[in-house]
Amino acid sequence: MLRVEDLRVYYKTLSGYVRAVDGVTFTLSKGEILGIAGESGSGKSTLVNYIILPKPPMVRIAGSIVYRGIDLTSITPGELSKIRYTGISIVPQYAMDALSPTKRIRAIIRDLTRGRAEGDIEEKARERLRMVGLPGDVLDRYPIELSGGMRQRVVLVISTLLDPDVLIADEVTSALDVTMQRAVLEMLASFRDTGIVRSIILVSHDIAALYQVADRIMIMYAGKISEIGPAEEVIGDPLHPYTRALIDSVPRLGVRYKTRRLTGLKGEPPRLASPPTGCRFHPRCSVAEERCRAREPPPARVGKRTVYCWLYTGG
Amino acid sequence: MALLELHGVSKVFSHGMGRVTVAVDNVTLEVGESEIVSLLGESGSGKTTIARMVLRILRPTKGRILYRGRDIWRLGRRETLWYYTQVQGVFQDPYSSFNPIHVVERPLLQALSRLKGVRGEEALRRVREVLRRIGLSPSEVLGKYPHQLSGGQLQRVSIARALLVEPRLLVADEPVSMLDASTRIDVLNIFAEMRDELGTSILLIGHDVSLAYYVSDRVVVLYRGGVMEEGDVSKVLDEPAHPYTRMLLDSIPRLDSRWRGRLRLHEPLHAIGRSGCLFADRCELRFNKCAARPRLVEYNGRRVACWLYQ
Repeated sequence: MLRVEDLRVYYKTLSGYVRAVDGVTFTLSKGEILGIAGESGSGKSTLVNYIILPKPPMVRIAGSIVYRGIDLTSITPGELSKIRYTGISIVPQYAMDALSPTKRIRAIIRDLTRGRAEGDIEEKARERLRMVGLPGDVLDRYPIELSGGMRQRVVLVISTLLDPDVLIADEVTSALDVTMQRAVLEMLASFRDTGIVRSIILVSHDIAALYQVADRIMIMYAGKISEIGPAEEVIGDPLHPYTRALIDSVPRLGVRYKTRRLTGLKGEPPRLASPPTGCRFHPRCSVAEERCRAREPPPARVGKRTVYCWLYTGG
Repeated sequence: MALLELHGVSKVFSHGMGRVTVAVDNVTLEVGESEIVSLLGESGSGKTTIARMVLRILRPTKGRILYRGRDIWRLGRRETLWYYTQVQGVFQDPYSSFNPIHVVERPLLQALSRLKGVRGEEALRRVREVLRRIGLSPSEVLGKYPHQLSGGQLQRVSIARALLVEPRLLVADEPVSMLDASTRIDVLNIFAEMRDELGTSILLIGHDVSLAYYVSDRVVVLYRGGVMEEGDVSKVLDEPAHPYTRMLLDSIPRLDSRWRGRLRLHEPLHAIGRSGCLFADRCELRFNKCAARPRLVEYNGRRVACWLYQ
């Protein structure tokens, strides 16, 4: 469906480049939900935004993004905007708070689909809203009249009205209450199951939320992939020391300080204007060796997984 | 006598033209010595309003808040100062807790000077000591401006400020929700150490059930301003009785299991009354009695407000 190859996207600043995405390679298959997890500054948002919404100060240094045989990095902005929304649709972070406050939902939909949609788009919207548990008269409401959970579902319905191949959803559940979080994630899975969208890239800082619906999970750290593979394997048996530390630092229900004390990751993530040499995780890694400091780890295949760590290179 | 007691506390906000929002509805709860009590709830549950009333930022519309038996809204000037040597707050967004044009140690030194009368070299010595205690090296923090620190570092500085005052009660409103997962646990560990080593009590406000489970002794589950269920963590979260507590526990994403079935999300679009059970409109188990408000009653080692148990 989508293949990203050695993508490097930097931010240009007065004092040089900030290497936000630095050599990322992955594929998105037909019918799958790929979860991308990472902490703030890991590059996950930059990565997915660059795929379909590239704009300054993002600069592509290298790499390609191939969708249906077309390299999205080599086409004009005009051609890219034709693919946006109909082929690849993105719900950026905070989109639910960016709906125009002076327009009714109906007008927002009309503006977005003008010249792109065929048939009775309003009837389709009404049906989709019903599918996600919202009454059709939401179309007559202003965004401010809807709760956060309702707005987020409206945004997701609007973004998928033209049945795109790929839906990219960036932190769409992070501002929601837990019950609504679950409803929205289940709704996304049902979009995939009913063929409204073919594949989904779901970006979140919450790995437990991703785990609920993702088929594969990709963990990012400081602009690079640490590990990517089937969700059960990455969560159940993490290989990369960063993935392991991340999962160990999340308290599970049933774990109490009094009986089992957890520890967080020591130190701070690196500054991406001047990242460390070698593996970017080495300054915080408890098992780092000399080669981790000197050279970047190549991708290592372990079963269905790809891990970027010297422990698995077999050397 | 408990350290902190809320007796029938309500907070009503009016928007003019006779329209009102009941944010907190007749809440009674206690925080004892050296215990961590979590107020758990979703947005609109009234948890932050309760924190603000305890910190004397908002005055309750009804009811009394007692600290060591004294009504905190009937304190004189000097007693109010004393109250703040006893009770301190930590808030959600560390970047908005600090003034961006001052170095981060300024509010720490101010707190020491105003509430403890400690100044000069001694004050700096104490600041360094507290920073070290919560896992920050003084050299990477002192002299820095808020934007030069990460959210996790800055939140720890804000806890350091509260710690310097050596409060008996810390009110922490969503202290870790803006932090990365890998640094959240360190903040909770600091709270547990404060409880165990200094005997500090903590009123911890949050929405994350697993975090509350990890560190709290007791939890109070709030919904639309009212207490649904309250008691020891081992009772309320291990054997939840209230349908709302159960729904909350069913919805949290877990790393050891995936959701089964689909959540039945029942959300009424019409305005919901407040005369009956506050959860009735979303409750799958509601029956005719739920049109009246259930009282909090003892049930199997906890207190629960639900007609199923009355």
